Amino acid sequence: MIFMKNIYLVLTLFVAFNIFSCSNEPEKQPEQATNTQPPASGGQENVKDDESQKDVVKAAMGSKDHTTLVAAIKQADLVTTLSNAGPFTVFAPTNAAFDKLPAGTVDGLMKPEKKEALTNILEYHVTVGVLKPESFADGQSLGMVNGDNVKVTIKDGKVMLNNSATITASIPVSNGIIHVVDAVLLPPEKK
Amino acid sequence: MKKNQVLPLYVLAAVVLLGTYSCKPRNAGSAVTSGAAEKAYVAPGKYDEFYNFVSGGFSGQMSVYGIPSGRLLRVIPVFSVDPEKGYGYSEETKPMLNTSHGFVPWDDLHHTELSQTNGEIDGRWVFGNANNTPRVARLDLTTFSTAEIIELPNSAGNHSSPFITENTEYVVAGTRFSVPPDNVNGDVPINTYKKNFKGYLSFISIGKEGQMDIAFQIQCPGVDFDLSHAGKAKSHDWFFFTCYNSERANTLLEVNASQKDKDFILALNWKKAEEYVKAGKGKKVAVKYAHNVYNEKTHTATSEIRNEVTVLDSKDFSDLCYFIPCPKSPHGCDVDPTGEYIVGSGKLAALIPVFSFDKLQKAIANKEFDGNYEGIPVVKYESALYGEVQKPGLGPLHTEFDGKGNAITSFFVSSELVKWNIKDLKVLDRVPTYYSVGHLCIPGGDTRKPNAKYVIAYNKITKDRYLPTGPELAQSAQLFDITGDKMQLILDFPTIGEPHYAQAVSADLIKSKSVKFFNINDNANPYVSKGEPEAKVVREGNKVHVYITSIRSHFNPDNIEGIKIGDEVYFHVTNLEQDWDIPHGFAVKGAPNGELLIMPGSTQTLKWVPDRVGIFPFYCTDFCSALHQEMQGYARVSPAGSTVPLMFSTGKNLPPSDSTSAK
Repeated sequence: MIFMKNIYLVLTLFVAFNIFSCSNEPEKQPEQATNTQPPASGGQENVKDDESQKDVVKAAMGSKDHTTLVAAIKQADLVTTLSNAGPFTVFAPTNAAFDKLPAGTVDGLMKPEKKEALTNILEYHVTVGVLKPESFADGQSLGMVNGDNVKVTIKDGKVMLNNSATITASIPVSNGIIHVVDAVLLPPEKK
Repeated sequence: MKKNQVLPLYVLAAVVLLGTYSCKPRNAGSAVTSGAAEKAYVAPGKYDEFYNFVSGGFSGQMSVYGIPSGRLLRVIPVFSVDPEKGYGYSEETKPMLNTSHGFVPWDDLHHTELSQTNGEIDGRWVFGNANNTPRVARLDLTTFSTAEIIELPNSAGNHSSPFITENTEYVVAGTRFSVPPDNVNGDVPINTYKKNFKGYLSFISIGKEGQMDIAFQIQCPGVDFDLSHAGKAKSHDWFFFTCYNSERANTLLEVNASQKDKDFILALNWKKAEEYVKAGKGKKVAVKYAHNVYNEKTHTATSEIRNEVTVLDSKDFSDLCYFIPCPKSPHGCDVDPTGEYIVGSGKLAALIPVFSFDKLQKAIANKEFDGNYEGIPVVKYESALYGEVQKPGLGPLHTEFDGKGNAITSFFVSSELVKWNIKDLKVLDRVPTYYSVGHLCIPGGDTRKPNAKYVIAYNKITKDRYLPTGPELAQSAQLFDITGDKMQLILDFPTIGEPHYAQAVSADLIKSKSVKFFNINDNANPYVSKGEPEAKVVREGNKVHVYITSIRSHFNPDNIEGIKIGDEVYFHVTNLEQDWDIPHGFAVKGAPNGELLIMPGSTQTLKWVPDRVGIFPFYCTDFCSALHQEMQGYARVSPAGSTVPLMFSTGKNLPPSDSTSAK
């Protein structure tokens, strides 16, 4: 329950800020360090629609096991992208999966100066296209949004990624599919 | 992360949210800055600065908008019937939609391309492609109507079309859905794709008067040719086509055509192809395709079936075609105004490669190849590469140029336009689009001389942009002012169908040539009535030809008797007006074949097969005058074998004197 309460706290803050912050001073945001980051808000995340099937972001926000992922998606400015038409296949590490990383890793990545590294990691969990559980094949290489590849292996009917993360559940969403994974995928070091 | 650390994370997340999200534009309401309304405002009675020719997508039509107002000026029927104009309903226009498959009433128009001279828009014609039943149309910009349509044999999914060379020497048409060629047995298992399926690139020559003719086709490997653009200036002799599905998958392409890290851009030397064809190296192949022409004098279209094309097989000529590797299912293929830089937009790629024409030429000369693909040399990626735009956004689709050294690329997945410098490949500016932009258009943005005042984004998703209209919404276009360093959103307007590519041109190049009416003396329709004395009704067996005129505010004749069940009636309606913007309409009760709209000075024909005995009113459907409501008439239909004589008149069929008084 504490999880859900916290989600509501975050959401409440989020909503409250939407209502109050921008109404009178639209152009006062500080200059961004670079122009190369995607815009924070150009997409469908603000469309008021509680009737349609949930998209990647809305579905992840509704999961108590993915609060770390949701926070990271927001920090990396990927809310807009993942609310758009896609379609996406998203490998969604659980909170427990993030907890398996060395202590302090997540907190470190959530710092503003690590945004690029965080974005790279998250984009390594997303591929454009809908890959259903039966679409995976042993030895398959998936081109991820960050430009690197993820290797698929199938053992005893279980789909493993990079020999480290196992798909434990699959959730179809309006703009693709979420595969819950039990480990965080780490992209290869950049040359 | 331990559970007891979760709360701090939320606090952090909340802080992050506040910091990152707080004051960025949330929607167009706040994204639009002051002065936008003024920039998009065109006062009542004033003209827009640009014509914008926008593909109508799955409507099959082309629409014309004024920019910057976003006012819809006209929908030009091209590949679909149009009840608003009678296109595809009148006997005169039906042949325009004829194909080797017969009459096709609805197609899918994706791209528009204005004719050019010396790499600049010349305002003569605009071309459009039919994606489904492959065709190319030429539209006349004096009448804003479809003048000619040519079908493409050996093709399916005519997507990389109708892009043109710099002097409109050729319009190209590339096959997106490779298929077995028309002249071989196509009854093959689909999973023999790799063996039996081919991709054809058609080069349609354009004559002085615009006449289209398939000059030659080039047979290529069975990949999916996606988009294309001609070279410019130094690269004038070349054409560049992107292709995906180099895996040559025949099922679940969503997965199976995304396996390889790189697909290709095909660089094709069309001048060489022209030489080979002239030298008789092409093979004449038996095929069947329709060629339809609308004659402005007879106001009638004719359709002819042609039976032969000349084909060059790409692998038979070592200096005709080269593949350049291009990351991840490239879509847009755009050449900068200098002709040096070729931009390939891999829709699943994390970067945009920019190729150099000079480097490509050197690589070809030095044979810097990585083997071949189905007999076509593959140039080494690095040998042709000028550089890469790193992390430009997600899902790059199309690029247009501002003529000042910059490019603007649309990104579908991250829903934004990104401006970058061609020389240093640095991102300069980015703006969100609402939502999920596909094509974009800068006036002249694919020519040597862009007129870069605006960029227009054509979005695929609308959702909450306008008042809701049920499950289906008009798609949105967004106009940005790009005269400053930052792109500024100034207008949002709905479009018809699904706009794909669009082009815009200064109105000055076109508006003065616009036709106001057709001279009735030049009307060579075989069923014209060049004045009311020529109106008549003629029976030829069971065919009844009604030569009928319309002028404010009556038809001649307006009383017709002697039509019988079993007759085919042809109303040949001539609009006698010689005045701008006075069309007349024509409709007769129960006609299952629609209605007519007749331009001043022209003749159009409605075929009517009456299905029952009785009196059938007909009337003018286009409000033409204060007495428009009086512009009506009656046709009497008698049983088969009736002896009612054929008679017709206006103003003379008066009641007998003894029947006017009350009984």
